[in-house]
Amino acid sequence: MIPGPFSYHRPATVADAVKLLSTLGDDVRPLAGGHSLVPMMKLRLATPEHLVDLHGVPGLKGIVRDRDKIVIGAMTTQHELLASEEIAKSIPILHEAALLIADPQVRYRGTIGGNVANGDPGNDMPALMMTLGASYRLEGPDSSREVAAADYYQGAYFTAIEPGELLTAVSVPVPPAGHGYSYEKLKRKVGDYATAAAAVVLTMASGKVASCAIGLTNLHETPLLATDAAKTVIGTSLDAATLKKAVAAAEAIMSPAADARGPVEYRKHVGGVMVARALQRAASRAK
Amino acid sequence: MAKTHVTMKVNGAEVEGLVEPRTLLVHFLRENLSLTGTHIGCETTHCGACTVDLDGMSVKSCTVFAVQAQGSEITTIEGVANADGSLSALQEGFRMMHGLQCGFCTPGMILRAQRLLQENPRPSEEEIRMGISGNICRCTGYQNIVKAIQYAADKINGVEFKEAAE
Repeated sequence: MIPGPFSYHRPATVADAVKLLSTLGDDVRPLAGGHSLVPMMKLRLATPEHLVDLHGVPGLKGIVRDRDKIVIGAMTTQHELLASEEIAKSIPILHEAALLIADPQVRYRGTIGGNVANGDPGNDMPALMMTLGASYRLEGPDSSREVAAADYYQGAYFTAIEPGELLTAVSVPVPPAGHGYSYEKLKRKVGDYATAAAAVVLTMASGKVASCAIGLTNLHETPLLATDAAKTVIGTSLDAATLKKAVAAAEAIMSPAADARGPVEYRKHVGGVMVARALQRAASRAK
Repeated sequence: MAKTHVTMKVNGAEVEGLVEPRTLLVHFLRENLSLTGTHIGCETTHCGACTVDLDGMSVKSCTVFAVQAQGSEITTIEGVANADGSLSALQEGFRMMHGLQCGFCTPGMILRAQRLLQENPRPSEEEIRMGISGNICRCTGYQNIVKAIQYAADKINGVEFKEAAE
């Protein structure tokens, strides 16, 4: 399979990349790792006239600690994320989740920016970013803005990004020391998208949940924050009755598609199982 | 569509060619350079048969454009034997442990395993299995591929290989 023809551009700076994206018309796409876009182009489901390859922009790489945040350049690969001691130490849930994304070859190329930007409901990082309270930096031709991950996703492949804008970095607030975390992902095989997945970041105080955020992957056309489920567990010791209530609250907001991964009822059921497991494992890891 | 001039180093040799932007790296290797050891399997980034080493990374060459490899260093299966033409430790491991049947996945498996052993010279069985999880084999059930990689790791580390009991 061979993609349709396109013009190839390789800018060296963010400013040049944004200029290309904002002046080449409607049929221009940025090219990051390409592991979502290139297969779509081979199937002719995507036929961009122009590709702006971001691999030549050194300013889009890197993981930098900025006081209580970690700023990750959009072109940082999943492989680089996994190799980062800073990530493993400060935001271990990102390390845990990156290992569950695709396979080693794809992780060498696949980027965090690509994973969060395109609004694919099957991608893992968006729900994690919502759980962590992260934000995305969008650079446009005239100005730049910071958009909360929780406000970015509007529908499957529909996001808050405007034509001509480029997502250049992800800022993740570092969770408190001693926090518990877990990303539970059910998938049919290595490399598959989640049948259902849940992210939990929580803190415990005297055996009770002090704070909690729960994110859901591939259980709706956008990633979800299970806010009511998280509220249910605060102040509790995650006893069986509370877990059951939290799972019910999370299931109430799930509306997965019926597809090869299973019918709606099954995917909601295992979504609930992922929430329960993630809550328990996160609590067991909290200090 | 205008063609672009690309240069890269493949298996130690400087090569060049004219490609359309949409030319995939695997097609450049196979058709422009006649290096047909790199196989095209699924064409959808799942199977790993087209895996090559690109600047120290294992990549699926069906999902990288040739223009993106401008200036890169690439190793394909044609470049893995020892300088004197003898089999590399991994090639020998696949031969000794019967790590292939039809052989279609083998070039990708060997290129992936070579990078894995460079990053992790003493992988556990679990690490080997996860390390080759982007490469699909439909013949062997993987058991002998894992053994082949363990054989190669031991040979490179100067340790005598002992086959685990089944």
